Amino acid sequence: MSDKDIIICRCEDITREDIRKCMERGFITFEDLKRQLRVGMGPCQGQTCSELIKRELADFLGEKPDVINTHKTRPLVIGVKLKSIKAGVDNES
Amino acid sequence: MKEIDLMIIGGGPAGLSAAKVALEAGLKVMIVDRNMSLGGQLIKQTHKFFGSEKQYAKTRGFDIAKRLIDKLAVHKDNLEICLETTAVGLYKDYVVTTLQGETYTKYRSKSIIIATGASEKVLAFENNDLPGVYGAGAVQTLMNLYGVIPGKKALMVGSGNIGLIVSYQMMQAGIEVLAIVEAAPKIGGYKVHAAKIRRLGVPIHTSTTVKRAVGKDQVEAVVTVELDEKWKEIPGTEKTYETDIVCISVGLSPLHQLLSMAEIEMRYIPELGGLVPIVDEFNETSMEKVFVCGDVIGVEEASSAMVEGSLAGLIAAKRLGKEHPEHEARLDDYLKQLSDLRNGPFGIKTRVGLKKLRGVGDAR
Repeated sequence: MSDKDIIICRCEDITREDIRKCMERGFITFEDLKRQLRVGMGPCQGQTCSELIKRELADFLGEKPDVINTHKTRPLVIGVKLKSIKAGVDNES
Repeated sequence: MKEIDLMIIGGGPAGLSAAKVALEAGLKVMIVDRNMSLGGQLIKQTHKFFGSEKQYAKTRGFDIAKRLIDKLAVHKDNLEICLETTAVGLYKDYVVTTLQGETYTKYRSKSIIIATGASEKVLAFENNDLPGVYGAGAVQTLMNLYGVIPGKKALMVGSGNIGLIVSYQMMQAGIEVLAIVEAAPKIGGYKVHAAKIRRLGVPIHTSTTVKRAVGKDQVEAVVTVELDEKWKEIPGTEKTYETDIVCISVGLSPLHQLLSMAEIEMRYIPELGGLVPIVDEFNETSMEKVFVCGDVIGVEEASSAMVEGSLAGLIAAKRLGKEHPEHEARLDDYLKQLSDLRNGPFGIKTRVGLKKLRGVGDAR
C-alpha cells in the first residue's frame, strides 16, 4: 500500500504518509498534528478529515477512535475576509 | 447589532418544521441557510418516503420540501429568510455572525435552534483524490438537481439506505452500477431497498471494501478487497472493476462546529455519527435556550428530523414566554412520534446512542 497516495486532509493536501511520519516523530495528538501539518485548518475546518485522523491516531496508539480527542473548534466556520468583518463593525455604529 | 427572537440555522426538514411551530406560537423567526433554496437534502430526494402520514410518507422528498416551505407562507410577516447565508460564528452571549457573499452581519438572538445537519464521511484509500471519486450526495446533486450524469459505470461503496437509494437512482439515470460493496458483514439499509437493487441484477458484496482507485487523470478502475472478521484485508481477494465512478456512501457526521465553538458540552457518540451536544429530553443544549434538531443531534432520517424540529420550535416558544396554544397536546404527540419512529430494529442505533448521550454524566 502506498501511503503517499492516500489523501487524509484534502484541504491542506496531507497524505497518510505525512501523518505517519509526523506521529513517528512523537506528535501523537490531534492538536500536535494540526500544529505540525495544518490538518483541519483549511476551508472545511476538519469536518472532512477529523474522523480519518482520529482513526490514524487510534491505529498508531493501539486505541479505539472514540477515545481520541478531536481538535478544538474555533470561530469562524468558513473563511471570512477581514475586510468583511471591518465593514460589519463599521455598519453597526 | 440586530436583535431577534429566534434564529434557526439550517432550513432543511428540521429547521423548516421548527420555524412552522415557532411561528404558529407567535414568535418572530429568522431562518439562515447557506444554500440557494430552502429544503436541505430533501430537494434532491426523488424517491417516496416511508414512515407514517404525519411525516409525509409516500411523498417524494422534493415535494415534502415544497410542502414544508409552502406552510410558512401564511406567517410571512413574522418570518425573515436569509438564503446563501452561512452562520459562521456562535458565541456564549447569544451572538450569531453570518456571512452572505462578503457581507458579515452580527445578530443577537434570544433563542437559537441549530439545525445544520450533517456532512458525508470520506474513506482513506489509494488515489482517493482522483476525479471520479464522489460522495453519494454529490452524485445525487448532480443527477437530480442539475440533470448531469457523472459517468457511465459506477461502483458504490456502502450499503446503507443512501448507498442503496443512490445506486437505484444512478440506474434510473442510465448509469451501469457494477456492484455495491459493504465493509460490514451485513447490508446496512432497509431490505426493501436492497431487494430492489438485487432484482435488477446488481450484486451486493458484504465484508468488502475499496482498496484503491486506478487511473491517470481520472478513475479508470477500482480494486476491492475482502475483509476478515477483524476488518483486516484478506490478501488474494482483490477484484478489479473497470469503472469511471467510485461513489462513497459510508455515513454522515453531524456539523457540530457552531456548537463546539460556543463551548456547548459535546460528547463523541459513534452511534449518532460523531460529536454531538449533550441535551435534555427536549433537545436543549448546555447553553440555555439553544436547541438542536435533525442530523446535528444524531444522524437519522428526514422523518425524525421533522418531528425533532417541531419539538424544538414548540419548546423554544414556551421558553420565550409565547406558549403554543396546543402546547401540551403537541408535546405528547411529538414525543410519541419520535419514540414510534425509533422503535423498530433500524432505530436501535439511535436508541443506544441517545441512551449513551443522556444516560451518563450531567445530561441535564
